[in-house]
Amino acid sequence: MSNNSKEKIIELVGLTREFEDGMLAVDNVNLYVRKGEFITFLGPSGCGKTTTLRMIAGFDKPTAGKILLNGKDISDLPPNKRPINTVFQRYALFPHLNVYENIAFGLKLKKVKVTYQDSQGKEIEKIEKLSKTEINAKVEKALKMVDLEGFEKRSVSTLSGGQQQRVAIARAIVNEPKILLLDEPLGALDLKMRKDMQLELKEMHKKLGITFIYVTHDQEEALTMSDTIVVMKDGVIQQVGTPTDIYNEPKNSFVADFIGESNIFSATIVGDRKVRFIGHNFDCVDDFAINEKVDVVVRPEDVILLDKGEGQVDGKIINSIFKGVHYEMVMQVGKTEIVIQSTVERKVGEQVSLLIKPDNIHIMAKEFSTNKYDGYITKHNTVCFGDGEFECDVTQLYKGSILDEDGYLITEDGDKIDLTDVDVNVEVGLKDIEISDHEEDGGAVGNIVSMIYKGDHYQLIVRTSENEEDYVFDTEDTWNENDRVSVIIKKENIKLSLKQEIKR
Amino acid sequence: MIKKFFTRGYVFLVLAFIYIPIFILVMYSFNQGKVIGVWERFSFIWYRKLGEIKDVVFNTITLAVVSSIIATILGTLGAVGIYYSKGKLGKSVKTASQIPVVNSEVVTACALVMLMIILGLSHRSIFGLYVGHIVLSAPFVVLSVIPKLKQMDSNLYEAALDLGATPFQALFKVVLPEILPGVFSGFMLAITLSLDDYIITATLSPLDYDTISTAVYKAIALSTEKASEQVPIYRALTTIIFLITVLAVVLMNVRSNKKVKNNGKV
Repeated sequence: MSNNSKEKIIELVGLTREFEDGMLAVDNVNLYVRKGEFITFLGPSGCGKTTTLRMIAGFDKPTAGKILLNGKDISDLPPNKRPINTVFQRYALFPHLNVYENIAFGLKLKKVKVTYQDSQGKEIEKIEKLSKTEINAKVEKALKMVDLEGFEKRSVSTLSGGQQQRVAIARAIVNEPKILLLDEPLGALDLKMRKDMQLELKEMHKKLGITFIYVTHDQEEALTMSDTIVVMKDGVIQQVGTPTDIYNEPKNSFVADFIGESNIFSATIVGDRKVRFIGHNFDCVDDFAINEKVDVVVRPEDVILLDKGEGQVDGKIINSIFKGVHYEMVMQVGKTEIVIQSTVERKVGEQVSLLIKPDNIHIMAKEFSTNKYDGYITKHNTVCFGDGEFECDVTQLYKGSILDEDGYLITEDGDKIDLTDVDVNVEVGLKDIEISDHEEDGGAVGNIVSMIYKGDHYQLIVRTSENEEDYVFDTEDTWNENDRVSVIIKKENIKLSLKQEIKR
Repeated sequence: MIKKFFTRGYVFLVLAFIYIPIFILVMYSFNQGKVIGVWERFSFIWYRKLGEIKDVVFNTITLAVVSSIIATILGTLGAVGIYYSKGKLGKSVKTASQIPVVNSEVVTACALVMLMIILGLSHRSIFGLYVGHIVLSAPFVVLSVIPKLKQMDSNLYEAALDLGATPFQALFKVVLPEILPGVFSGFMLAITLSLDDYIITATLSPLDYDTISTAVYKAIALSTEKASEQVPIYRALTTIIFLITVLAVVLMNVRSNKKVKNNGKV
């Protein structure tokens, strides 16, 4: 949020909207908007941004929470009583009225207090409609603002998409609202027109000085225009910040992925300001607890490519595309692919090395809920992952399937599948792992590298020596760090899913 | 060649079956004699006697116009209400409003007679007759307005509210102009239904109150001296109604042709 000390104009308190079918479109949103700010709600479709806007406009009622306008609750105020105007996504111009009448629609309904002096010099207050000359002047001013002078008499159906958009904007701003809501107003325009309108809207915001609340799914549009961006997902605010903050310091992997291109790695903190990913311990500037599981974001333009052996991690270029200003290359390190943008091209197949500076490594806390591994099925229908081999139930890969005597999987439709060497995703819950002192008891063997007391239980991490795979789990027993133990996971607690449909 | 002859012949036959009776009627409306089939002499006598049935014509037109206006108002408001009502209730109201469209008219008429009796009113009254005609045509108005509401950009109503209109103002200033063609065709449908109606009119109208349909029926079926005296006058009236209809259809076609041409230019 911007640091200027301007007053809050809109405040959302615990704003929630649940649809009839029980879907939470907006879930406990708390946010304030400062006067004169250009704030953008950004997120994929269905993230609740439009519903939030509709609640501010008054078209939808919140099922819980409040909307405060200048400190006053307006949640129950109908839209026509709110000093807020909306520019709709598909313009919603009135087809039976011409350009002038569309813009004057709000003004003709408006009533203002006028004070007169009667013959005795007393002041009388009257509520009057705006006079025709006043309306004319305002409409003319609004048309000038959107560069449509001389269009008054035109029928709205004869206008192009861009012109209709301008009329829609003029129709909203002519009422001098305290807040202007814009619901993906540029979505229907072509790219060039959209870029022009972005700049014009920004300019208009500066000139008018009113608060703009903008909704879009276009991250570039949000970065270009906004003072503040609110990133939403599944009805929940993910991050609020300036475009620079959001881009450089994304709070979680969703924001990082949604805003611009990024490389996101699962990583572990291995020391004081040291983070391990793609098989290397990188220096970093963020301070996290040792052994914490984190997500790391590195922007493609922040990866520096050097000749083999000169950087931190070696790898091979497997793809390179010329993008106009820069080359976009993909480098492979082990199984991981890293996207790199650079003005210097490295040829496909070239052995290179990458260097990432500590302040270009952005570390985000990770909500750790399950252990996830890449695994494969063996010919004995067990699963290998995390440097170990475990008994598992392979029939969960296909609904309604059974195993025949020869170890082939028979699907519901009667197809016979050989699962040997099939790649699978493996998930194991935090409560589903046990350990034993006897190495032969479990499917994998490792050392206890961390034991954190979490109130009523300990969270342990067992790390294997071969590939440094971690098993994170909760237990009520106490163990000693550095103990060598084996990991036991019950057959029914190993959740498998196919990486891709296999050929029959 | 022969095939072409037969297809054309078939179309000609169909049209002939539709129009020959009408032409015979039109022709004999100019006959001085009373009986169809015996041509006496060309005359305007039945047209001059139209005044004798002016009450019936007046009754019919007043009934049609007034009942259609009320049915259009009720039907339009009903359509708006149905369109904006949500959930299960909205759906059931919509279904319920459309049953009278497919329902047999006799059932509606009998039901209305019973209603009048339950309400303690005479089952043959002007009031009942008007109610009957409104009940008959209002569902058709709903049926012709709802598609227009569906075509309308759903944001228009919200845009009007957003610009400061009360729900009432939004309805009249924005929604109504948008659905006006549907309202108009609903009104025309209602007029046509009311003008043509026999069953409800015959069941509910007072015995001394006649519209064209009941009067024609009485003239033919009762064949009293006075009634049969009037039969040829209805030939004249029918001719006039037919001419008005033809004129209306031609005018409408000319207008829509013009519209197509104008749109072509834009």
